[in-house]
This record gives sequence, structure tokens and C-alpha cells, in this order.
Amino acid sequence: MPSLFERLFGKREKPAETAKNRLKLVLMHDRADIPGPMMEQMRQEILTVLSKYVVIDEQHLDVSIDKADGGIALVASIPIVRVNAD
Amino acid sequence: MSENNTRVIVITSGKGGVGKTTTTANIGTALANMGEKVALLDADIGLRNLDLALGLENRIVYDIVDVVEGRAKLRQALIKDKRTQNLALLPAAQTRDKSAVNPAQMRQLIQELREDGYTFIIIDCPAGIEQGFRNATAGATEAIVVTNPEMSSVRDADRIIGLLEAQDLRNPYLIVNRLRPKMVKNQEMLAVEDVQDVLGSSVKLLGIIPEDEVIITSTNKGEPAATLEGNLAGQAYRNIARRLRGETVPFLDLEEKTGFLDRLKGLFGSKK
Repeated sequence: MPSLFERLFGKREKPAETAKNRLKLVLMHDRADIPGPMMEQMRQEILTVLSKYVVIDEQHLDVSIDKADGGIALVASIPIVRVNAD
Repeated sequence: MSENNTRVIVITSGKGGVGKTTTTANIGTALANMGEKVALLDADIGLRNLDLALGLENRIVYDIVDVVEGRAKLRQALIKDKRTQNLALLPAAQTRDKSAVNPAQMRQLIQELREDGYTFIIIDCPAGIEQGFRNATAGATEAIVVTNPEMSSVRDADRIIGLLEAQDLRNPYLIVNRLRPKMVKNQEMLAVEDVQDVLGSSVKLLGIIPEDEVIITSTNKGEPAATLEGNLAGQAYRNIARRLRGETVPFLDLEEKTGFLDRLKGLFGSKK
């Protein structure tokens, strides 16, 4: 992200640099492409572990691969209904 | 030459239109002119083009599918190039599709060519990552990935490198094709170093081909640029052939020589 100074005084990222940065990100994403069945298994195992402690709203559980600062991240949104009593 | 010395190289890219066929024709021709016995195999079944690049389109009688299905012997189907000694082409079929040949048949064909004493068997792979890719890579022991210094072709090259590894074709060679030195100098186009950096160290840089109008005119005539003197692209292809034969050849200096006018512009800080 260009700074305010850069934006005001027009120091622009060169097209080759933009292409390289975009490519790096998209390749990280491509290379981390996790096959559907593996993703589902991961989801199930995460659920199993978490269910020991909390009750989860499985209908609204979302696990996905996302871009993060300089890399990729496994992002999970796990709605908790309540904490397990025991 | 024993059959064990045969090099079997597949030329691939993932994305279409980056110059696989032109590269196959030029490297093959250059190697043959250096005394190698070369068989070029067009694996792009249904979309035959390598014959055009070589100017052999009027001499096709049988094709790869005829051989696989037993209508012709391999030697009958191979077209010997009259202008380039030691160069033969096994054309693709034009009216069939990729499913007409399978990987086992491909390996069988390559084995026959090995026994015939070819020193280089070069396979022109179709674009894409499906059946045609699997066929073309089946019998190969080395791979060349062709890319342009442009985002989508580099992305597809990365995917292809992964798929080649899965076929045990590790550490492929890389050719960066259609480079425009002036744009690279102005940081408007990805540089070869950028492409290498992004694709990682598993690829070995084999050559850099500048964008050159001679490729269009020579393809129009069916004479690979590598056979013509006085052009950079042809020179770059001949250098690739020499590197494949084990020679150490420095990369061409593609930097545009700056003329008086450019220096003058530089002096007054004008932007292009």
C-alpha cells in the first residue's frame, strides 16, 4: 500500500513490480490448494477436537484458505452455541 | 549410438499460445543441424501445427494415430525433412482427439524411436493439463517449460511444474519466450529474474528468446528461425540447442544499445 507521501507525489509501483507481487500471492494460493476431501476431513477433525469443550453451530461453520500478510492462512469461523458443562 | 543415450524431452507450458510449437521446431532443427539425429513428435492430436512450423504440411501421409492403430509402420509415418538432414517429424492426427492415443502407446512409440537410433526425441505437448498432457509426458525423461514474461502464463507454468513433478519429471528446464528487453528495462514487463524468483529454484533457466518479428515471417514460410542467420531469436534457439548438448553458452545480451537520441532524452529527464 503506497503511503500518503507516495500517493501525493506520485511515486508509483512499476508495472513489473505489481505483476511480480500479484503473481507471488496468487501462486501461494494456488500451491496451497487443498483437495475437497482433505478439507472436509480437516473440518471434521477440528470439529471433533473443539466439541470436547464447546457446542458448535455446525450449520454456520466455515473453514477456508485466505490470503494473509505475505502468505496464506487457514481461516475458520466457528460459531459457538455454548460451552460444554462438564 | 546406443538407445540408452537417447534424450526424450517434452516441451510444455500449460497455457496455449506461448510458443511451444515454435520452440519445438526451432530446437529440433538447431539440434539436427549440429549433427544430432532428431525425431519431433506432435502430441497435440486434433490441433496439428508442428508440420506448419517446419514447412512439412504437404508431405503428410500417415500420422501418429495411424501408427498407434496399426495402419502404418512408424517409419512410413515419419517425415524426413529434406532441408534439414537428420530431422524427422511424426505428425499429429488432425481429425481425431486426445483420447486416440494413451500413455502406454506413447511409451511404445518412443521405445521404437530409441531403437532406431535417434539421439533426441522432442515431444510437442498440447496446451492444458488433461489427457493430452498425460500422453505427451508419458515417455519423457526431461521437460522444458515455456513461459512468457506475463502473469497468466507464469501462473500456468507453475501449475505445470507441479504436475511434471508428480510424473517424476523433476527440475524442468525453463525457457522465457517473447521477452521485450526495452519494456523490461523500463520495469514495465517481468524480467527473467522475476520469473525465476516466482517459480522457484526447482527450474533451470535454459534460454531467453526475445520477441522478434522473424518468428512470424519464418513461420509464414515454414522455415524455423534457427536456420536463418542474423536474427536474435534464431541465435537464442541455437544457443538453447548447444546448452542441451552440454555446452556452456552465455545468455545473449538483449539490452538495447542506447543511441544518441536516447542519451539526449535521458539528459533532459524526459519520460518515455
